[in-house]
Amino acid sequence: MTTNYETREHDVLIIGAGGAGLRASLEALTQGASVGVVCKSLLGKAHTVMAEGGIAAAMANVDAADNWKTHFRDTMRGGKFLNNWRMAQLHAQESPDRVRELEQWGALFDRTENGDILQRAFGGHTFKRLCHVGDRTGLEMIRTLQDRGVQQGIDVYMECTVTRLLTDNGRVAGAFAYWRETGRLIVFKAKSIVIATGGIGKAWRITSNSWEYTGDGMAIAYEAGAELMDMEFVQFHPTGMVWPPGVQGILVTEAVRGEGGILRNKAGERFMEKYDPKRMELSTRDVVARSIYTEVKEGRGTEHGGAYLDISHKPAEYVKKKLPSMYHQFKELADVDITKGPMEVGPTCHYMMGGIRVDAETAQSTVPGLFAAGEAAAGLHGSNRLGGNSLSDLLVFGRRAGLSAAEYAKRASPTSIDSVQIEQAEKELLAPFSNTGPESPYAVHRDLQEVMQNLVGIYRTKEDLQRALVELEKLKVRAAKAGVEGSRLFNPGWHLSCDLKAMFIVSEAVTHSALARTESRGAHSRIDYPNLDSVWEKKHNIIFGESGAMKRRELPVEELPEELKQILAQD
Amino acid sequence: MAEATLRVFRGDSNDGKTIDYRVPVAPGMVVLDALHYIQGYLAPDLAVRWNCKAGKCGSCSAEVNGRPRLTCKTRMDELPQDQPITVLPMKSFPRIKDLVTDVSWNYRVNRKIPAFAPRPGVEWKISQLDVDRVQEFRKCIECFLCQDVCHVLREHDKKEQFAGPRFFVRIAGLEMHPLDAHNRAGLLKDQLGLGLCNITKCCTEVCPEEIRITDNAIIPLKERVVDEFYDPLTMLFRKVRGR
Repeated sequence: MTTNYETREHDVLIIGAGGAGLRASLEALTQGASVGVVCKSLLGKAHTVMAEGGIAAAMANVDAADNWKTHFRDTMRGGKFLNNWRMAQLHAQESPDRVRELEQWGALFDRTENGDILQRAFGGHTFKRLCHVGDRTGLEMIRTLQDRGVQQGIDVYMECTVTRLLTDNGRVAGAFAYWRETGRLIVFKAKSIVIATGGIGKAWRITSNSWEYTGDGMAIAYEAGAELMDMEFVQFHPTGMVWPPGVQGILVTEAVRGEGGILRNKAGERFMEKYDPKRMELSTRDVVARSIYTEVKEGRGTEHGGAYLDISHKPAEYVKKKLPSMYHQFKELADVDITKGPMEVGPTCHYMMGGIRVDAETAQSTVPGLFAAGEAAAGLHGSNRLGGNSLSDLLVFGRRAGLSAAEYAKRASPTSIDSVQIEQAEKELLAPFSNTGPESPYAVHRDLQEVMQNLVGIYRTKEDLQRALVELEKLKVRAAKAGVEGSRLFNPGWHLSCDLKAMFIVSEAVTHSALARTESRGAHSRIDYPNLDSVWEKKHNIIFGESGAMKRRELPVEELPEELKQILAQD
Repeated sequence: MAEATLRVFRGDSNDGKTIDYRVPVAPGMVVLDALHYIQGYLAPDLAVRWNCKAGKCGSCSAEVNGRPRLTCKTRMDELPQDQPITVLPMKSFPRIKDLVTDVSWNYRVNRKIPAFAPRPGVEWKISQLDVDRVQEFRKCIECFLCQDVCHVLREHDKKEQFAGPRFFVRIAGLEMHPLDAHNRAGLLKDQLGLGLCNITKCCTEVCPEEIRITDNAIIPLKERVVDEFYDPLTMLFRKVRGR
């Protein structure tokens, strides 16, 4: 084999250019590290751009009683106490500073009468806590970080996909990637690496995620020896679009409910009264998603199999001002004027609570030199994430990961990369070109999405999960035979055939973990084990690789210190 | 099910032609759905950029029936179905493959623009009115359709002298930020070629975010440049002071 590739070297390599990756890169740069950022799309297109509702931070601009302790308690309760307590504490304490910092870098949030940052109500948050810009907070955040990054001089490798981490004696030494445009190969040498690649939603059929969210960051970390944690906890956002078919799954922001939107079934009943009379529409996402699902399943759904979400009782101008992109989205894609009538909504695969197991303070994984932040990392959200806690997660732990990765790089002794690893990575990447059979990566992907949608969805059973494992094995055999048409020049069919491997790793990890957890907690609902279980409350599922096989073990949940226990006990 | 014909450009930087594909049309379908159908069933190597599929990321720009548009927001049922729907790559940028073009020039231009810098000792109190004014510019999703349609770039290819509407929008957002300290008027005049724009408003017409690029960004910036460099009183004052 002729191994032909270019080589680039950085102290810190960041994989992913969403909120976490960009925030990490800015921090590593501040530490004096040379920083490279690799991203699969163009800069500024990562999924952070889709975040709508806001950034949760206890700034107490609107509700003066808010503070980090309440935010901590809300986050732990929302996650059903499976959260890493230290991450939840750091997150609650540091997010206000991270928001102020964004503002000092040019972000412009909506304001209170006093000229402070305005905050809105959201599910599971005791106080009005979400700093926002209408319903396009993520765009504001990513543009601010992107512009600052460009100004500070980060090197960005756009439309470049990492397929493998390179290691030296168990330590991170670099990454192997290809340019999507040309199909040419590139090897990055780096002292430390931050994975900030986001989630895994593209393994489900109804999803709010774009093509990028294939779990590749988790998969390469797993293959490099990192552990994956809490993989059974996949968040189905209660409100995705359900009609017309082409837009199924596209996100309808929780801000609609935050601004007073009401959910009804086809009989006009405000059904949240049955499921969570106290918090109603602003219950946590796991509860609202299950409620809508149940209404539909029991025959009380709308024409296209969803629930009605109505904000039209608010003045039209107010709706257009606070929810401008929802207004346009429904008007243009569904012929619905949300100022006049209800939207049809249903659950959509949205967010991964699980991911790479990291240290709370440093964001380092179990592999020396490998760090992870944002959706790709596990711990902060426990079994269910509160809306608004994702953008703050990106900032708080993106910064921490960048800082720790830069410090690690300063101390790290030199590593070397043996050519065998690179040759193997190249062989694997180019293998689909040698397949000549009729199997298509698109067909395998469609079938994978059906399996995960139907068997590893909102409600799970032992039988379904076992069947899913069998189906995944069959699909893996098919995927190995999937061929590629055309050349290496910008070839989406080839790219997808590479992404499939990652999707299988994370899908299997989710299914194994879901099968093991014989209880219902947060986003993981077992029909055959419908209740919380006091034994499982104390355990995480850990997925790891051992001599080529996927293994699972259990890890005790870390005990809270006494002062935090007291915070949780308060009301 | 109804069917439509998509006439899609296939080729690379050297060479190419359009190819017709028959696709089934479902209710509410958009052009990007049709392109995905082609990838999934007819031409797996068809190169298309896309991400959010909800009009929020600005990745899937192309020219549909001759008009620069986001393919994720272009409904099939608003296009005549009795004739092929042409889908071509953006013309103002070098072709890479099929519908994917090389937009890296935009990222190079962006680097010339000094980022936000707050005035020293500023108090972080801002009125909603000021936020609203700037937010019109901040909502740009960088789809580059305005760059594609602008004749200074499209017909005259003045990429070395002219930044294009996208970056006038970005600068307007910075210049009108209530707490920003920089002055970018000199940059606009000397390096970014603001004067080359003759306000034909083509950019405003294609903007999927409905930013009033010409009226609210470009014209006020032109006024700033005039105030700064061509105001008779200022010019006289400069002459007297000898600079």
